[in-house]
Amino acid sequence: MAYETIIGLEVHAQLKTRAKIFCGCSTEFGGPPNGHTCPVCLGMPGVLPVLNREVVNFALKTGLALNCRINPFSRFARKNYFYPDLPKGYQISQYEHPLCEEGFLNIDVDGEQKRIGITRIHMEEDAGKNVHGEPGDPYSYVDLNRTGVPLMEIVSEPDLRSPREAAAYMRKLRTIVRYLEVCDGNMEQGSLRCDANISLRRVGESALGVRTELKNMNSFKHVEKALEYEVRRQARVLNEGESIVQETRLWDVERGVTLSMRGKEEAHDYRYFPDPDLVPLQVDAAWIEEIRASLPELPDEKMQRFMTAYGLPQYDAEVLTVSRELSDYFEACNRAAEAPKSVSNWIMGDLLRECKGDDEALAHCPVKPEMLAGMIRMIEQGTISGKIAKTVFGEMLKTGKTPEVIVQEKNLVQVTDEGAIAGLVDRVIGDHPEQVAQYRDGKEKVFGFLVGQVMKASRGKANPAAVNKLLKEKL
Amino acid sequence: MDLFRWTIHEASAALRAGRCTPAELMASVNGRIQAVEDKVHAYVSVAGDAAVQQASSLNARNEASPLWGVPIALKDNLATQGMRTTCSSRILEHFRPPYDATVVSRLKGAGAVFSGKTNLDEFAMGSSTETSCMGTTRNPWDPTRIPGGSSGGSAAAVAADACLAALGSDTGGSIRQPASHCGIVGLKPTYGRVSRFGLVAFASSLDQIGPLTKDVIDAAILLKAIAGHDPRDSTSVNVPVPDYPSLLNGEVRDMRIGVPQEYLQVGIQREVREAVRNALDLLAGAGASIREVSLPHTDYAVSAYYILATAEASSNLARYDGVKYGYRAEPVEDLLEMYRRSRAEGFGPEVKRRIMLGTYALSSGYYDAYYRKAQQVRTLIMRDFEAAFDVCDVLLAPTCPTTAFRIGEKVNDPLQMYLSDIYTISVNMAGIPGISIPCGFDDGGLPIGLQVLGKHFDEATVLNAAYAYEQRTDWHRKRPPL
Repeated sequence: MAYETIIGLEVHAQLKTRAKIFCGCSTEFGGPPNGHTCPVCLGMPGVLPVLNREVVNFALKTGLALNCRINPFSRFARKNYFYPDLPKGYQISQYEHPLCEEGFLNIDVDGEQKRIGITRIHMEEDAGKNVHGEPGDPYSYVDLNRTGVPLMEIVSEPDLRSPREAAAYMRKLRTIVRYLEVCDGNMEQGSLRCDANISLRRVGESALGVRTELKNMNSFKHVEKALEYEVRRQARVLNEGESIVQETRLWDVERGVTLSMRGKEEAHDYRYFPDPDLVPLQVDAAWIEEIRASLPELPDEKMQRFMTAYGLPQYDAEVLTVSRELSDYFEACNRAAEAPKSVSNWIMGDLLRECKGDDEALAHCPVKPEMLAGMIRMIEQGTISGKIAKTVFGEMLKTGKTPEVIVQEKNLVQVTDEGAIAGLVDRVIGDHPEQVAQYRDGKEKVFGFLVGQVMKASRGKANPAAVNKLLKEKL
Repeated sequence: MDLFRWTIHEASAALRAGRCTPAELMASVNGRIQAVEDKVHAYVSVAGDAAVQQASSLNARNEASPLWGVPIALKDNLATQGMRTTCSSRILEHFRPPYDATVVSRLKGAGAVFSGKTNLDEFAMGSSTETSCMGTTRNPWDPTRIPGGSSGGSAAAVAADACLAALGSDTGGSIRQPASHCGIVGLKPTYGRVSRFGLVAFASSLDQIGPLTKDVIDAAILLKAIAGHDPRDSTSVNVPVPDYPSLLNGEVRDMRIGVPQEYLQVGIQREVREAVRNALDLLAGAGASIREVSLPHTDYAVSAYYILATAEASSNLARYDGVKYGYRAEPVEDLLEMYRRSRAEGFGPEVKRRIMLGTYALSSGYYDAYYRKAQQVRTLIMRDFEAAFDVCDVLLAPTCPTTAFRIGEKVNDPLQMYLSDIYTISVNMAGIPGISIPCGFDDGGLPIGLQVLGKHFDEATVLNAAYAYEQRTDWHRKRPPL
């Protein structure tokens, strides 16, 4: 039986504002347990929440970047449930009236662009953390440092048709929130979290099938793997003539399976109602325009510009704009080198191999954009060969010295003096009469060998073009 | 001389003139508390010597503040830093907040002295102070009767001269109803006029802090001191605070006074109706124009209120779970048992009843039928008042249908208890200001209260109408024979 996969994602992004959403406490990660707390985030009697404007700004930025409608009137609501890490006994969230609705995001899968609908974006507070004692310690502990750290929930339409699309959507979303500098996008540390709703339906049918909700997928890889597993599981259940049970399932990383966590009957009744402690949030056109004006160039626009302004192929432009840091690196480097394709090649090859696509590593990489540019300029000017450049790059990484110093110290300057090269050519012709004869008999392949010998004799420093030219002439 | 009998403005004049010191005044009040507390039981915690200390250590005389050196009592649902704040509940019996309510810090800043924390119905849920886990407060006019509630302790303390004035909170009549039953003045300001920060929430969209005083001038003085926008309470409104005391002139000529016809119908005690009629005649004689108005949705106010207030309460009281502070049942086997027993043992029956009502009203499948419908009723009630205020400056009504009932009379009949707030509840639903002032006594010698209601943020007119009546009568000077 052929099925179509239907996936919608609910993503929680931790906003990197300085203060919590409803009090002035720091959002900094770590710190002694309950060190970043005050009566407000501890939920003490009589205290009241006051909305942090910066949180709204961050959510507005995201809403605009995701092409959402910004609701001029939105409200906070209480989601009621008991848990020790939830000091008030309710989470302040948005329910009936979210800040942003009806947006979209474009993803690229196999060279094809697809528009994924964004249902809504709303703001809410994070909960704390329960810590269970060492074996033998009968107590459990509660750390409320994370309580009240702002979160943004981004809900997609059920527009995703495969686990790969879901992963591509997550990556694109991460790129955007990082461009906007509203979230650090770290899935492993939980600053970006993803729940997925997934169902199957027979190809050609229009009604949606029964869905399951997947939780606990803390990397892009696991999002894809968990969904792939769930597609297979649901297909198996349906093929056996059984029906899917609406439930919440946890991804078990170790075993690579999803396991039932709770059924529909055990679902909480959160008793949502408007939070009377917070007045309705009104966002006027001026506020929206102020935020719109502050938006940085977004990945899609930047990619287009890289293609038109630098003449880069789409693939290069896409890779280089995956993060703001990387695209900044490219532009800084190219400003000095003025050789876009060459810069792009070096970044996508040697640099990214070293930094493994990690912006943290890129920031700390000893090879600064000006250094790479200097090296590329030396290639362009013929001072060093591309082959020598590999050595120079390695040295820059190891020592942090500039390419000029490295070339000087290691005496790596390319020999372009035809007189000096001619001498080497003569020596190689003299040393290899057999190969020279073969070449003259028409065995062109031997030419490469002879060039190699000349290069070797020059310890790699001879200008390959000059070697080619002189060798041809002399043969 | 019995200094404790003073009003705020009398004490303030004496203190300024150097005729007594804050410590002497506080000591006099302490003596009074000792003398009457056995009979009244207005206080949960008495500051005692600590209050005299506070009075002696006040900074040099503050000429600008009429509250400098004045002993004030605080309802025990107002957070006081380091001072026990119990809400008259077992679940907070030993709770000492690390912060002051905004009204408390404002009064401190004005140089007020705190005589102690007064009794209330548990978490302000009740109309008689009988649901307190700290014992029932008695009406100073008749110790077999309730003082009203939930600010019964504050009202009884003021009536018994066990403080010069007090703060209370009013969610459905909790300042005005006890003021009425105890023969004093009680003002519920406009919702948003006074910061709720540090007021332990019962129903956040209805709760408002206000003064309970011996006369209208004192109510004006206290309101002026506590009113105003607070950045820590988003629902406090940023509008200017008039200088209420200086606006009192007792002039009602051409004032348009409306009488809601629904408030003087069946179920009202004969003497109460007569007292209100007499008050209307008196004000008409002073030049006010009286007209009948209609508040057609009055009948639905109590039902809608008990849905909205309990819904909010069920959520507001979820934080008392035994995890962080307050009462925790021990030993327990697991988390669920800790929750169940801490809350079962920590809350009294009325609080539990309201938590259950509110939880039910918000449940999936019932929300539209109850909560949303009640919100719609609330809007209609607001519109009733808006229409009335199109043609009136203030409304006049009884505060309660009857005078104080007997202790134990209604405590087992919640519906009867709820109906005693029938004239006060709509005011909270609409968010408008209302004051209760003494306007006579029934045949048994129990005080009757007259309610004056006004437009949003128009406390000045409400106070002035009340002051006009007060100036022409001397009910407010009567004291219970304790």
